[in-house]
Amino acid sequence: MATVFEKPKSLTDAPFHYCPGCPHGIIHRLVAEAIDELGIEGKTIGVAPVGCAVMAYDYFSCDMIEAPHGRAPAVATGIKRSRPENIVFTYQGDGDLASIGMAETVHSAARNENITVIFVNNAIYGMTGGQMAPTSLPGQVTQTSPYGRDVNHCGWPIRVSEMLATLEGPEYITRVAVNNVKNVKNAKKAIKKAFQNQIEGKGFSLVEVVSACPTNWGMTPKQALEWIESDMLPYYPLGVFKDRTEKGGCAQ
Amino acid sequence: MADRILMKGNEAIAEAAIRAGCRHYFGYPITPQTEIAAYMAKKMPKIGGVFLQAESEVASINMVYGAAAAGVRVMTSSSSPGVSLKAEGLSYIAGSDVPALVVNVQRGGPGLGGIQPSQSDYFQATKGGGHGDYRMIVLAPASVQEMASLTMKGFDLADKYLITSMILADGTIGQMMEPITFEDSEPTVYEKPWALTGTECKRPHNVVNSLYLKPEELEKKNFDRYEKYRVIEENEPMWEEYMMEDADLCVVAFGIASRVAKNAVAEARKQGIKVGLIRPITLWPFPTKALRAAADKVKGFISVELSMGQMIEDVRLATESKKPVSLCNRAGGMIPTPDEVLAAIVKAEKGEF
Amino acid sequence: MKTTEILIAGFGGQGILFSGKFLAYKGLLEGIQVSWLPSYGPEMRGGTANCNVILSDTPVGSPIITAPGVLIAMNGPSLQKYVDAVVPGGQIYVDSSLIDAKVSRDDVEVFYIPATQIAKEQGLSTLANMIIVGHLLENHPELSFEGTAEVVEKLVPPKKAALKDLNMKALELGKNYNK
Repeated sequence: MATVFEKPKSLTDAPFHYCPGCPHGIIHRLVAEAIDELGIEGKTIGVAPVGCAVMAYDYFSCDMIEAPHGRAPAVATGIKRSRPENIVFTYQGDGDLASIGMAETVHSAARNENITVIFVNNAIYGMTGGQMAPTSLPGQVTQTSPYGRDVNHCGWPIRVSEMLATLEGPEYITRVAVNNVKNVKNAKKAIKKAFQNQIEGKGFSLVEVVSACPTNWGMTPKQALEWIESDMLPYYPLGVFKDRTEKGGCAQ
Repeated sequence: MADRILMKGNEAIAEAAIRAGCRHYFGYPITPQTEIAAYMAKKMPKIGGVFLQAESEVASINMVYGAAAAGVRVMTSSSSPGVSLKAEGLSYIAGSDVPALVVNVQRGGPGLGGIQPSQSDYFQATKGGGHGDYRMIVLAPASVQEMASLTMKGFDLADKYLITSMILADGTIGQMMEPITFEDSEPTVYEKPWALTGTECKRPHNVVNSLYLKPEELEKKNFDRYEKYRVIEENEPMWEEYMMEDADLCVVAFGIASRVAKNAVAEARKQGIKVGLIRPITLWPFPTKALRAAADKVKGFISVELSMGQMIEDVRLATESKKPVSLCNRAGGMIPTPDEVLAAIVKAEKGEF
Repeated sequence: MKTTEILIAGFGGQGILFSGKFLAYKGLLEGIQVSWLPSYGPEMRGGTANCNVILSDTPVGSPIITAPGVLIAMNGPSLQKYVDAVVPGGQIYVDSSLIDAKVSRDDVEVFYIPATQIAKEQGLSTLANMIIVGHLLENHPELSFEGTAEVVEKLVPPKKAALKDLNMKALELGKNYNK
């Protein structure tokens, strides 16, 4: 009988701990498929963040390290500079990458550190139970913005991809989403390209994945995917914000 | 024999690290240790090594964490306020049991403090600094030669025990020049089967991690780690004794304070006072046995420190407070003069502690 | 046992640390124990600088000098600050082209050398320090003048090779001053 579907080799047999309807499982799978297809499982080293994906080290079958909150790009820098022949990626959420770890993010991008960064933006702190994130939308109700995010009080959400694309350093900055089949397919392409860039020595490649958090958004999985389309994507438009090799310098 | 050369203490650390096989340095500028970074910036590119100036102390210690996990000899250096920022990474490195060398060329504190020499990070170095139950091996050089030899030793101890070795120096030893010799020797290479090297699809994946959500597991990790610490406490304390054979008073001092104290002890001996010096070289593990043995012979101790009195607590603990301990100290970047130490010795001789 | 504790003090930019380095290297060459300790930090930028050099037959204890046997004062404030610290029987070298004051102590040996003026006249503008060091060497046979060229060779970077001769000239001028 022909196999029509199987688990990527780059994932272990450990069952995911993620909530029902959480797209982390999809994104893990996209990363694992990219690693498999590029044949780099044996030389890939992954860096897990602090946040919902903290236990990613149990799910990816390559060598893994668990970084302090926000420091994944610094840890990845230390690994990559020690073992330039290996492929190093980080997998981070919005609180990790864009709040407590913003300095590490910006500077590893500025150095064009030859690493791959998977940035999952779901506009909320998931693991701690739904607090306001640096990417929470204006008016968004969270545990720490119970009356809705008031931009006069706590500022505006940060468009990470647009911001990083202003830097001379990075090679590839793109935003994708996982709210429908077409977008998932595009996300896969972008993730694979971000690894391919590293293999070719091109430098810092970041894929921002607009994702959902049904549990902490207080929605059904289906509503959450619809909310991505209706509320998140207008603020976080999809596209390639920088691709030095393909387009030379900044795009859009 | 190798040539005697003149070197600054900070440069001696950098050169010794390179000779010990360290090819990865991550750091951030801060007085009074910047010579280490400058030396590395100049040398590393020429020998196929990596010098990287990080965006912060926080980033630099995490680069060290990554490189250590990848199995290379790696170091960072800083001074007091910078080491506070590194505390997070130090805790993760301890919790993940990977080896690293960290240098603290201390300056006065707390806060931004000053830039003159100090020993007021003794507690931070020996009692924690970061969160959780952990220890670092803390080495306290008292000469430029020791800045080099303890750096080399620190790398070996780190690899042997999978622990952080901290060189706890001060601005004076970092900035001063003294003659130094480097003996030709090849660095010891330790097997690191746990390192992140890529599985080559030939072994289960290695995971470097300090997260254990099951408290039973985390407890076991802690107990196992403390068993390792017990072995270190048994085997690795280092200290120097000076004129202790017939002493009935004992000065305890490390680093630059011990140099000043030595002058004072020599002067007191001229005055007929039977005083000696114990100089801890490892601050953790503290040379408890030496202090305990001294406590049976002497009538009291004088702890000489460039702080408000931190090591004095370990002197009391080590001697189980069997004998009185007085404090002779300066702080904030000031250094006691030999005369001040001598005065404390004379007082102790009269039974005043 | 012979230990010489030399304190050199002046403005940043007068080569205070360099002249201390010269003496330390000279000691190294003589095969004796040495230590060199600079003041450091922002006050070095155009403010006061000082440098502690200890030369000894036996291992150096504290590298910090509280009672110098020799003081080289390259400006007024430095002389004022350290004059009373010098041990009785010690030596004080004064750059008399920059310091008008005289030392009132009579238990020390004082050498007034218009080093900055001599340096200017001889086209050695930044080497007043080395003129004084030259004179100090002449007064300290245990250090001897011999081998100074080797030390200068070691201390002056190849990029500034022209400074080697100038340093030697300054040292010679100091050596022969008042002869």
